[in-house]
Amino acid sequence: MLALDRVSKTYPNGVQALARFSAEIRQGEIVAIIGGSGCGKSTLLRAIAGLDRASSGTVTLDNESISSPHAKIGIIFQEPRLLPWLSVADNIGFGLADLPTAERRERVARALERVGLAEKAQAWPRELSGGQAQRVAIARALVPQPEVLLLDEPFSALDAFTRRDLQDHLLDLWADARPTLILVTHDVDEAVVLADRVLVMRPRPGRLFDQIEINLGRPRDRNSPLFENFKRSVLTSLDRSLDRSVPDRDATQGPGQAMWW
Amino acid sequence: MISDAPVLQQASEPAENVAAPSRLSRYARPLLGILLPLMLALGWELLVWLGWSNGRLVPPPSRIFATIAELARSGELVRHITATLWRVALGFAFGVVAGTLLGAISGYWSLARRLLDPTVQALRAIPSLAWVPLFILWLGIFETSKVVLIAVGVFFPVYLGVMGAVLSVDRKIVEVGRTFRLSGPAMIRRILLPAVLPAYVVSLRVGLGLGWMFVVAAELIGASEGLGYLLLDGQQLGKPAQILAAIVIFAILGKLTDWLIEVAAAPFLRWQDAFVRAKGA
Repeated sequence: MLALDRVSKTYPNGVQALARFSAEIRQGEIVAIIGGSGCGKSTLLRAIAGLDRASSGTVTLDNESISSPHAKIGIIFQEPRLLPWLSVADNIGFGLADLPTAERRERVARALERVGLAEKAQAWPRELSGGQAQRVAIARALVPQPEVLLLDEPFSALDAFTRRDLQDHLLDLWADARPTLILVTHDVDEAVVLADRVLVMRPRPGRLFDQIEINLGRPRDRNSPLFENFKRSVLTSLDRSLDRSVPDRDATQGPGQAMWW
Repeated sequence: MISDAPVLQQASEPAENVAAPSRLSRYARPLLGILLPLMLALGWELLVWLGWSNGRLVPPPSRIFATIAELARSGELVRHITATLWRVALGFAFGVVAGTLLGAISGYWSLARRLLDPTVQALRAIPSLAWVPLFILWLGIFETSKVVLIAVGVFFPVYLGVMGAVLSVDRKIVEVGRTFRLSGPAMIRRILLPAVLPAYVVSLRVGLGLGWMFVVAAELIGASEGLGYLLLDGQQLGKPAQILAAIVIFAILGKLTDWLIEVAAAPFLRWQDAFVRAKGA
C-alpha cells in the first residue's frame, strides 16, 4: 500500500504547491489525479517518485519511506524521454542493467512483443511516431516490474485516436502484473476510462478537494449512460474545486463520504 | 556527411526512399567539389604552358608537384612532416586532456565554474600568439614551447565545447537516469557521456583546426624542421613552389586528420538526427 501522509511542498521562492495532501492507495488500484492547472498534481507525483523531496509529510510504500527514487516505483512522463543514442530495445532494457544479458534480452523481447513494436527493436527513437515512442516509454517503465507506476499526463501530447488506443493498451498491460497506477491528467474522459478512483485537487495551494469512486466494470464503454454519469460528476466536482466560494471539505475520510453530490 | 551504407539500410521508411538516388550521388558529389579547383589548376597550368605567364611567383601545379616529389625523394619531406605531425599530436593531446578535464569540471560543478570560468575566459581573450615570447623565455626555443603553444590553441575550443555540452545536457533525460537510480559513475557513463559526445566531437575538430594553425605559428618563429620551416625557407630563398608545396601538404594533412576524427566518432553518432544524412548523404 502507498500511503501519503500530509505531504506538503513549498518551493524556495515561497510558492506553496502542495498542502497537507493525504491519501491511501491500495496495491493494484488505479487512481487518477485531476485538477486545474497549478493544483500541484505534478508536484505530488514527483514527491511520490522521489524526484523531489516533500517539505513536510511522508510518502511510504509498504512501510518504507520514500525520499529518493525507488526500485518499486516507475514513472512515465508527458514526453517519452527516450535516450536518443540507444535503440528501442536498449531503451526498454535501460533499467535492467543489473540482470544477466540473456534474461534482460528475453524480458525486453517480451515487452516489445507486448507493446506491438517487435519489428522496431533495432530502430532509433527518432524513427518512431509520438505514440510508438510513448509505448516504448511505457515498456521501459514496466519491464523492471514496479509495484507502483506513476504517469504524469502521459498521453496529453498525442492525438485523440492515439490517446484512446494507448489508454486501452495501458489497461491491457496493467492487467499482466496489476501494479498500482497513479495517473495525473487533465482529461476527464481519461480519468473515468482508466481509474478506480478519481482524486480531485484544487489549486493555490494544491490540496485534495474530493474523491470519486468509479464503480464501473472493465472494459468500460465510453458511450454508456453510466460512463457519462461518472464523467459529469467528475466535471461537477472539478468545477466546484475551481470555485473559490465553495469551502474546502475534508475529502480524506474515505470514499463513502465523497458521494455527496 | 558520413555516408555509410549500413545506416541507410537500418533506417526506416524515410531513409530508404532516398537510398537509391543517394547511391548514384555518393560518388558524384565529391567529384563536384573537386571540379572548381581542378579547373583553376588546369587553367593556370595551360596559361603558363602557353607562355602567357612565366609562373615564377605563382608556379603552376606541375611545378608544385615536382617540388613535392623532389622533397619526397630526398627524404626531406618525411622528416618535415614527421616533425610537424609530432608537434601537433603532442599539443593536441595535452590541449584535449586539459580542455576536457577542466571543461567537464566547470560544466558539472557550478562552484568550480564560478571559480574557474572567469579566469579561463579572461585568458581566452588574449590572442594566443601573444604568449609566444613568454613561452620562448620560459621554455626555450625548442620543442616544449611549440607544443605548449599548440596545446593552448587546442585547449580553449575543447574547454568551451565540453563545458557548454555538459551544461546543456537535457535535465529531463538526466531525470530518467535518476528514476532508474543510476549511481554517479553510471550516470556519467550511461547518460552524460553519450549526451555530450556530438558536441565534443565538434569541439575536437575545431581544436584540431586551431592546432594546425598554431603549429605554423610555432614553426615560423624558429624551427629547423617541419612544414612551417619549409614555408619560411621558401620565402627566404625565394622558392614559391616550396611554399605552395608546404601549403598543399598542410591542406592534405589537416583534412586527413579531421576526417580521422570524423570516422572514429561516426559509429558512436549513428543515432543522431543529422540534417545532412536525412537528405540522403
